[in-house]
Amino acid sequence: MMHLNKMFSVSVLCVAMIGCASDGGTTDEAATTEVAAADSQTQAVPESPDVDVVTQEQVEVVANPLLDQTLVYFGYDRSEIRPEFKDVLNAHAQFLQANPNSNIVLEGHCDERGTVEYNLALGERRANTVKRYLIVQGVNPAQLESVSFGEERPVMLDSTDASWSKNRRAEIKYQDQ
Amino acid sequence: MILRYWCFLFIFISAFAKAELTIEITQGIASAIPIAVVPMKWQGKPLPENVDEIIRSDLERSGHFGILSPDDMLSHPSTQEDVYFRDWRLLKQDYLVISSIKSVGNDQYKLRYQLFDVLNERELLAQTLSAKGSQLRDMAHRMSDAIYEQLTGIRGAFSTKIAYVTTNRKRTRFNLAIADSDGAREKVIMTSKYSIFSPSWSPDGKRIAYVLLEDTGSKVYVQNIATGKKQLVSANKGINSAPAFSPDGNKLALVLSKDGNPEIYVVDLNTRHWVRVTNHYAIDTEPNWMPDGEHLLFTSGRSGNPQIYRVSLSSGYIERITFEGNYNARARLAQDGRFLVMVHQSAKGEPFHIASMDLTRGLLQILTSDTFLDESPSVSPNGVMVMYAAKYNKRSILAAVSVDGDVRFLVPSKSGDVREPAWGPYID
Repeated sequence: MMHLNKMFSVSVLCVAMIGCASDGGTTDEAATTEVAAADSQTQAVPESPDVDVVTQEQVEVVANPLLDQTLVYFGYDRSEIRPEFKDVLNAHAQFLQANPNSNIVLEGHCDERGTVEYNLALGERRANTVKRYLIVQGVNPAQLESVSFGEERPVMLDSTDASWSKNRRAEIKYQDQ
Repeated sequence: MILRYWCFLFIFISAFAKAELTIEITQGIASAIPIAVVPMKWQGKPLPENVDEIIRSDLERSGHFGILSPDDMLSHPSTQEDVYFRDWRLLKQDYLVISSIKSVGNDQYKLRYQLFDVLNERELLAQTLSAKGSQLRDMAHRMSDAIYEQLTGIRGAFSTKIAYVTTNRKRTRFNLAIADSDGAREKVIMTSKYSIFSPSWSPDGKRIAYVLLEDTGSKVYVQNIATGKKQLVSANKGINSAPAFSPDGNKLALVLSKDGNPEIYVVDLNTRHWVRVTNHYAIDTEPNWMPDGEHLLFTSGRSGNPQIYRVSLSSGYIERITFEGNYNARARLAQDGRFLVMVHQSAKGEPFHIASMDLTRGLLQILTSDTFLDESPSVSPNGVMVMYAAKYNKRSILAAVSVDGDVRFLVPSKSGDVREPAWGPYID
């Protein structure tokens, strides 16, 4: 079920952002700083095709819309978690505790500035910061893996502040059971 | 200058792949030495390589020479008897190179060249070389090396190789390639869908260590260039990265985070005995050996921002080397350790450039300015030039700058992006 949810969130990231917004938490600020989706805050959640076919499990997921957000962004050369991402991580922590058979890989990424090797290390720090946060929230460490891809797997290829801010990230990847 | 007779045993056999890199010289020194390299005399069907043209472009690329075009020469002598020094003085040339080549059968060539001091009408250098047709380019680079050394006092590095990584724009294919220092004769030695980085030459030029960033994380391999055989050196949990061969070629310094944090280790490649070198909660990475084999330079974030440090392998004593600037990383040494070359950012938000630091005087000089996001500096074995990767016109290209900052050239690729240059050692 989590797998379905992942596919959904990857393909329609903006829906995930709206999900955060509708929850009324602080996470929408985080989303809007990284993704220009500020004006989508008041819109209804437009997931009509999926609503018709929801199973009981999926209803549970839809009830935790923060889980659709799997990206955590970082400041330049920083690896500490910004306060606006804590609700998201808390949601994942709760889910992982409730589903001890779910495992995630935390991928750490950087923007292209600085050296390749330093960024590989920095990416690992980002992944590990998220990992430690989840452990502190009570997640079993056995459910968590981390890997750094440094600056090698950018989501945005151009050299602008906007692209860099999207490349400085940790990605939460649920593993297929 | 000792008369040398070079016998080539080259491991780079497949020489026919089309060169992917080109050179654009952007800055030379003002007081370039005028030199005329006369077209080589050859009777017969065209040679596989234009030897004198290779020499002209080698010398020009060094930035230290002003090259006379063959079209502007009054004559094209090939023997000393045909040289009229007055003509060359008239053309304001300080030095003259003449040469001739003849076939001695069975794809073997004999090549003779002479270097003259035009003002004093004196022969400075004369060599006779022999090679197969496929080695003519090697021979041209050897001639450039000898001429350069004779006139500058610095050993030439034109016949050395460079390794680098090419990738398509979508970053779905990565090639580790080796080419001549002028970008010619590119040969791909490793191709992968995964990112390849931090290539590092063994001191004998026979092996290359590199990092392969697979889906499960980074791993360090050592590959034999001639056989293509690769050996997995490190695949521990966490980061396995930043390999650097020791000066004797027996050890590899590298970075592992298996204990939770990136630390520097040294592994003996023969015994597989591992020694942990650093122990700090900050990032420690990019180890590079000092020529003595007893110390490592490395990058550490222990002061808050990346700076260069030196550690003694025997005592473990760590000393900070750089203090100027917000970000100093990936240190390389030039000229027997007199200069440190590194990635430098003067203050937060400022551009990343290549800088050199005179370790005897502590002076830092920023060497680059016309490229963007400069990284991965690698020093030529004679300590004169630094090749680095940069962004230029939205492409990742290689570029080079002299350690004194006076000479600059760009090495763009015809297609895709080029990154991670590593200048190879002298090969004798």
